[in-house]
Amino acid sequence: MNTTSLKAPREGYYGEFGGAYIPEMLYPNTRELQERYLAILESAGFRKELSSLLKDYAGRPTPLYYAARLSEHYHTHIYLKREDLTHTGAHKINNALGQILLARKLGKKRIIAETGAGQHGVATATVCARMGMQCTVYMGALDVVRQRPNVERMKLLGAEVVPVEQGNRTLKDAVNEALRDWISHPAETYYLIGSVVGPHPYPDLVARLQSVISEELMWQMKEKTGREEPDTIIACVGGGSNAAGIFYHYLDKPAVRLIAVEAGGKGVDTGKTAATIALGLTGILHGSKTYVIQDEDGQITEPYSVSAGLDYPGIGPLLSHLFREKRVEFYAVNDEEALRATRFLARHEGIIPALESAHALALLDKMTFPPDRHIVINLSGRGDKDLETILNWKNE
Amino acid sequence: MNRIDYLFKNKPHSVLSVYFTAGYPRLADTVPVIKALSEQGADMIEIGVPFSDPVADGPVIQHSDAVALKNGMTLKKLMEQLKGIRQNTGTPLLLMSYLNPVLRYGMEAFCRDFATQGIDGVIIPDLPPEEYIKEYKTLFTAHNLKNIFLITPQTTEERIRFLDREGEGFLYVVSSRSTTGMKNSFSEKQTGYFMRLREMNLSNKLLAGFGISNRKTFDQACRYLNGAITGSAYIKALEKEDDPARVTREFIHNMKGENITG
Ligand SMILES: Cc1ncc(COP(=O)(O)O)c(C=O)c1O
Repeated sequence: MNTTSLKAPREGYYGEFGGAYIPEMLYPNTRELQERYLAILESAGFRKELSSLLKDYAGRPTPLYYAARLSEHYHTHIYLKREDLTHTGAHKINNALGQILLARKLGKKRIIAETGAGQHGVATATVCARMGMQCTVYMGALDVVRQRPNVERMKLLGAEVVPVEQGNRTLKDAVNEALRDWISHPAETYYLIGSVVGPHPYPDLVARLQSVISEELMWQMKEKTGREEPDTIIACVGGGSNAAGIFYHYLDKPAVRLIAVEAGGKGVDTGKTAATIALGLTGILHGSKTYVIQDEDGQITEPYSVSAGLDYPGIGPLLSHLFREKRVEFYAVNDEEALRATRFLARHEGIIPALESAHALALLDKMTFPPDRHIVINLSGRGDKDLETILNWKNE
Repeated sequence: MNRIDYLFKNKPHSVLSVYFTAGYPRLADTVPVIKALSEQGADMIEIGVPFSDPVADGPVIQHSDAVALKNGMTLKKLMEQLKGIRQNTGTPLLLMSYLNPVLRYGMEAFCRDFATQGIDGVIIPDLPPEEYIKEYKTLFTAHNLKNIFLITPQTTEERIRFLDREGEGFLYVVSSRSTTGMKNSFSEKQTGYFMRLREMNLSNKLLAGFGISNRKTFDQACRYLNGAITGSAYIKALEKEDDPARVTREFIHNMKGENITG
């Protein structure tokens, strides 16, 4: 596989996937971004400002933690990449900081974003407050209820949170509304998208901004084990940004096994699931050609997962390509398994993971690894936002 | 000659094109609505294919799409409903669909099947012109189907020239920065944009769309452009009553400012 094309996709295509399938109303905005994002991202000023914010504001580098009790339990060496310890509590801040600097460079005044779990919404509200920019976050009405603490955080940070009542009232519907807002405010508004989805250049832009995770992981692994390369990396996938970020610098190292975990919901074959790779067909969603869960008439299927951040019927085009090329393996983990993994990590390591990240952890119960292996799990976020869901489940 | 070209040849001004959602308000309403529109004097008809995630549409069409999908509308059903439609109407017919349902149907089968039923043109808002030209233009041409491009107040002059060069049938002039919906009148800024377009002397005919909802907005558009497209207002009207023929007669006559007789 030609990995240079993964890191600078031509016209936004990763093999068959990607592109910019947008209505003409969004052409000027996306064109401007396409033409300018690389030069801005690679400029010395941008890099300096971003790395200083990542360090002093977001708290990077995040630790690579050797989880001794997990390792003992699963009879192998398990490390957690602690994105949950960043400011705002998830990897989403890496992307939000980068894009807000880009938006400012483009002279935009108003920021819009979608959010599922609320982590991207909180990260966006945070960086908008930091930069003094106006912020509107679209969030499915169901997610507003099940991720209540994050809604309150966004409001406290000065953002306007707009509950979306269409569809299943979850992440997909929030993206639709954000796109409609962007169509209606094309000149002054910047759409700060939260994952490696959307029209070109967003998938590449977000992957680059999240690649700081694997950049750190390389030297941290070396420090801990003497080798930059772990044997296996596991990450959960909603749109795919934390996975893209932790895989990024290992894509061209075939010895490193890369595993992505989707939300199985109540089970991949129950119709209540968000396992896009398991069920999806090639299609167009939110401006990108990628795997999409849809019916035989091309209508998008309403997804389901206990985890709001994974409750999405699409996946970033880069991940679709990596699946097609067999570079990344995909598995599905169900609600129950993720909730059990949440409790297990809390009890054994004293860490409460986000329900999203718990999907990656739960794979340890479904797979065995030889005892001398080094397995890294991306702990993409913390579980404070999920307490109500977790407690309700325990009571059931 | 393609019926769209024929229409503009005979009627270069004040063309009224009406959009509705197939299978709305009831699944079986598609053909009665087409007949009513054609009998009551719509110059062109756009048949909307409902989609689960219509990002370019405002609340009214989002709602009609959701109802039509619930009614069981699909491209395959539409294809069945349209069989024999050309025995009922000579009015130019366009399909408006998002790209995903078309790709699932298969672009070749889509062009073949719907051209066979007498469809004259297609509007796929999320199929970029560059992609169309590269991937599908030959196919569309072979089936005598026009693919309609959109221009917006944000489109640069250079790109308008490009779209005009490559355009077929007509150019769809999105009136304002918004999704589909209704407006009571156009601002000077919007009519100024229509005027600038007229002064560009483009080779394609220009129809305004998005926001055309009454006689005033229709007249404003027709003063500068070759006509206009109305959708949300008609769908609103359809939802209120059971008899598409009656609703349609009133609607068209109100738009055109004619007295209702008979
Ligand atoms: C903690 C956490 N992990 C993962 C995700 C899923 O997104 P992605 O696949 O883009 O990393 C989210 C999204 O909200 C999240 O909050």
